[in-house]
Amino acid sequence: MNFKKIFSTAMAVTLAGSLLAACSNNNNKGGSEASSSPSASQASQTPAETKTPAEIRFTLASEPPSLDPALMVDAQSSIVASGLFDGLTRLNSAGEPEPAIAKDWKASDDGLTYTFNLRDDAKWSNGDPVTAHDFEYSWKRALAQETASDYAYMLFYLVNGEKYNSGEATADQVGVKATGDYTLEVKLNTATPYFNSLVAHYTYWPVNKSAVDGKPEWAADASTMVTNGPFLLKEWKHGDKLVLEKNPNFYDAAKVGFDMATITLVEDASTVFSLFNTDKIDWIGAQAGEVPSDQVPGMVKEGKAEIKTIASTYYYLFNTKQKPFSNVKIRKAFSMAIERQSIIDNVTKANQTPAFALVPPSIAGSEGKSFREMYPDQSFSSENVEEAKKLLAEGLKEEGLDKFPETTLLYNTSEGHKAIAEAAIDMWRKNLGIELKLSNQEWGTFLETRKAGQFGIARAGWGADFNHAINFTYDLIHSKSGNNDGKYNNPEVDKLLDGSFSATDDASRLDMISKAEKIALSDDMAVMPIYYYTTVTMQKPGFKDVVSDYAGHLDWAFGSKE
Amino acid sequence: MIRYVLKKFMFMLMSLFFLITATFVLMNAVPGSPLQSEKATSEQIQKNLEAYYGLDKPLIVQYGVYLKNLVQGDLGISMKKKFQAVDKIIGDSFKYSLKLGLVSIVTSVVVGCILGIISAMYHRKFLDNFSMILAVIGLSIPSLVIAPVLQYLLAVKIEAFEVAGLNRPMDYVLPTIALSAASIAFIARLIRSTMIEVLNSDFIKTAKSKGLAGHLIVWRHALRNSMLPVVTFLGFLMANVITGSVVIEKIFAIPGLGKFFVESVSNRDYPLIMGITIFYAVILMISRLLADIAYVLVDPRIRISGGKAGK
Repeated sequence: MNFKKIFSTAMAVTLAGSLLAACSNNNNKGGSEASSSPSASQASQTPAETKTPAEIRFTLASEPPSLDPALMVDAQSSIVASGLFDGLTRLNSAGEPEPAIAKDWKASDDGLTYTFNLRDDAKWSNGDPVTAHDFEYSWKRALAQETASDYAYMLFYLVNGEKYNSGEATADQVGVKATGDYTLEVKLNTATPYFNSLVAHYTYWPVNKSAVDGKPEWAADASTMVTNGPFLLKEWKHGDKLVLEKNPNFYDAAKVGFDMATITLVEDASTVFSLFNTDKIDWIGAQAGEVPSDQVPGMVKEGKAEIKTIASTYYYLFNTKQKPFSNVKIRKAFSMAIERQSIIDNVTKANQTPAFALVPPSIAGSEGKSFREMYPDQSFSSENVEEAKKLLAEGLKEEGLDKFPETTLLYNTSEGHKAIAEAAIDMWRKNLGIELKLSNQEWGTFLETRKAGQFGIARAGWGADFNHAINFTYDLIHSKSGNNDGKYNNPEVDKLLDGSFSATDDASRLDMISKAEKIALSDDMAVMPIYYYTTVTMQKPGFKDVVSDYAGHLDWAFGSKE
Repeated sequence: MIRYVLKKFMFMLMSLFFLITATFVLMNAVPGSPLQSEKATSEQIQKNLEAYYGLDKPLIVQYGVYLKNLVQGDLGISMKKKFQAVDKIIGDSFKYSLKLGLVSIVTSVVVGCILGIISAMYHRKFLDNFSMILAVIGLSIPSLVIAPVLQYLLAVKIEAFEVAGLNRPMDYVLPTIALSAASIAFIARLIRSTMIEVLNSDFIKTAKSKGLAGHLIVWRHALRNSMLPVVTFLGFLMANVITGSVVIEKIFAIPGLGKFFVESVSNRDYPLIMGITIFYAVILMISRLLADIAYVLVDPRIRISGGKAGK
C-alpha cells in the first residue's frame, strides 16, 4: 500500500520532529537560563563601575494610532509624541505654558496678532535647524484638505484657517507667516488670550518638510521619523513596544533626565499591575496603564497609589428636544434625585469630586486661581429628594403627562459605565418612583445613536483639549457645537459664550463664561454633571517630575531618576 | 488526486469571493464609521476625511476598487493606524500567533499522545485514572482562567517566568500551557478510546500471538490506527490556534493577530477588517484542505478517484 507507506514515513518524521523540537526546546531553555544568569550578574555588577542608563518604563493600552502631529487625535499618541516633538511652548504639569522652541512671544494690543521669537539652536533629528518656516509649513499642512486631519479645527483660530480647510481660501491667505527664519507671525480671527497654551497642543507641533512632503507614511516607522524633541524614536515594533532614546542634540539636553524610555503595549489591567509588581514597569496611571479598579482602595490605603483630579467631567446628557426632558423641571428633578457622593463612595471608588457644573477643578482661571476656585459650583444645584418629587410632579403637569413616559438611559458598553448607570437608575426608582430602561451599545454604534438623538438620557464624558474654561462650555453647551448631542439651546448662553471671544481682558472673559455656565447648569440643567474624574497613579520610588498633567495624561519627558 | 485538489481549490476561491462580498456588505451595514470620533469635528473635516479614504463614493464603486486592489495583491492601508499597510500589520502580528500556535500544537500532540497511550496501555489502572483526571481538568477549566492563575502563581509570586511578552524561549511556556491544556486533554482522550478499541481488535491479537513485543505493537500497529481522529482534529486545531487566541494574547500582552482583529472591528477600520478576515479565511481553508488530503493519505479506505472503494 503506497499510501500506507507514505503515511507511516510521514508519521515517523512528524513524531521524530516533534520529539526533537521538544528536546531542542529544552536545550534552548537550559541554554537561555545558563546564558542569562551570567549576564544578569553582570548587570548587577555594572552600577559600581559605570552609571546604568536612567530609564523609564511604562505601558499603553493600545498602540498610538499615529505619531504625525497633524493626524494625532488621542492621549496614547500624545504621551509618546510629547517626548519626540517640541512645540512653540510646552505646558508644565500645572498646565501653564512655558517657552520651548519659542523664546518669547507677544500679542498685539487688540489680541489679534501674535509674534513668536524662536530660538536659533533647535535642530531636527536629520540635522536641519528648526525654523519659523517649519511651523508655517506644518500648520498649513494640518489645515490642507489633502492631509485629512481630524483635528484641523484646532487651527481654525487662524485667519482663513477654516476657509483653507474647506477649499475657499488659498494657503497664502492663512494667518501664519514666517517673517524671518526665527520669527513667526500669527493672525487670529478673534482675540484668543490662551493662544500661547494652544500652541503647545500637538496639532500645532512642527514637522520637517523634507521628511514629510509626499511621504504620508513617514510617521509610521522609526526609520523614517524626523523629530525635534528631547527624545528620538529608536524602535517601533508595531503592536509590541516603542523605544525612545535621549536626543543628544536637543537644545536643552541638560534638562533631559532619562537616557531612554521603553513603552510596551499591554491592554489587560491586571497584567499591567503584575508587570509593576515584578518591577518590569515604573509607572501606572494617567492613560499609561490603569490600576485595576479592585486594587485601587487597597493601594491607596497602603499609600502605594495616589489619586489626582484631572480635567475631565463625567455627565449625563438630557435629550432636550423630546418629552419628558424638554421640561426643565423634570431635568432638575432627575439631577436632584442623584446622590453623587454615594456613587463615588460605592461605585467609582477613586475619590472623584461630585460635579454640579462642567468646568473641572484643574482648569485654570486667572491670577493663579483655578476657574472653580473663582466660581464654585456647589450653589448651582442641590441634591434634594423632596424638592425633586415636587418638581417632577409640576413638570409632568406642565407637559400634560399623567405618568412618566418610557425613557431609556443609553451608555457605551463598559463595566464601569454600567455600574454607574445602574446606581443612577436605582436612585431614581427609590427617590422618584420612576423606572428607566437601560441600554448599552458598543462604542461606534453608541456614538451614532447619541448623535442622532435617539435617547432620553445618555452617558457622556469630556476631557480637556487645552487648559481653558471655554473648552468645557462652548464645546458642550453652545447650540452650534457639534458635541452638544442633547441639543440644548439657550440664545442667552450662546450670546455670552460668543461674547467671551471678543472680551478685551481675561477677567471679563472668564466672567462671561462663568455666567453662561451658571445659566445652563443652574437655571436650565442643560446636562446632568455627575463627577469630575480623577486618575489613580502608582510609580516606583526614585522618580522625579513624572506626573499626571492637568488633563490626566502622563507627563514624563522631563522627568528624571535618582 | 490532483483533480480532487483542483476541485477543492476552485471551491475555495468561490467561497472566498462570497466571504469577501458578505464581509464588505455587513461591515458597511453596521452603524458607525472608521472616521467618526468622540469629539465632533466640522462637517468639512468629515468630508475631507471621506474624500481621502474614498468613502464618499457609492458603496458599489468602493467594492469594485477594493476587489481590483485585492486582485493586485494590495490590501490597502489601515484607516486608524495611520499609514500602516494592512499586509504589514498582518505579517508582523501573525508571526507571533504562528510561532506560539505551532509550539502549542506540537505540545498538544506530543503530550496528548503520550498521556493517551499511557492511559490505554494501563487501562483502568492508576496511571490511566491519573491522566484522565488531568484531562478532565484540562478540558473543563477554560484558558481564560488557567492563564491568569499561571501568571499569578508562576510569574508574580515565584517569578520563575516573565509576566508578559514573547521575547525569550522561556516566555512561551505559560501561554503554551494555557493554549494547549484543552487540546492536550482532548487528544489524550481521543487516543485513549480509539487505542483501547484497536488494542482489542483481531489484528492486534494476531500480532501478539506472532510474538511481537508489546511496545512494537503499540508503536507499529495500534498508534498508527489511533491517529486517524487526531489528524482530523489537527486540521481544526491548526486553524484555531495559529490564528491567535484573543484572550491569551491579551493576558500575556502578545502582539498577535487576534488582538488586531478585535480592535479593527471596534474601530470600524474597514481595510483591516477585510484584510484580516480574508487572511483568516485563507488559513482556515488551507488547513481544511490539508486535513482532507492528510485524511486520504492516512486512511486507505477513503479513495477519491479511480479504483474501487475499500478493498
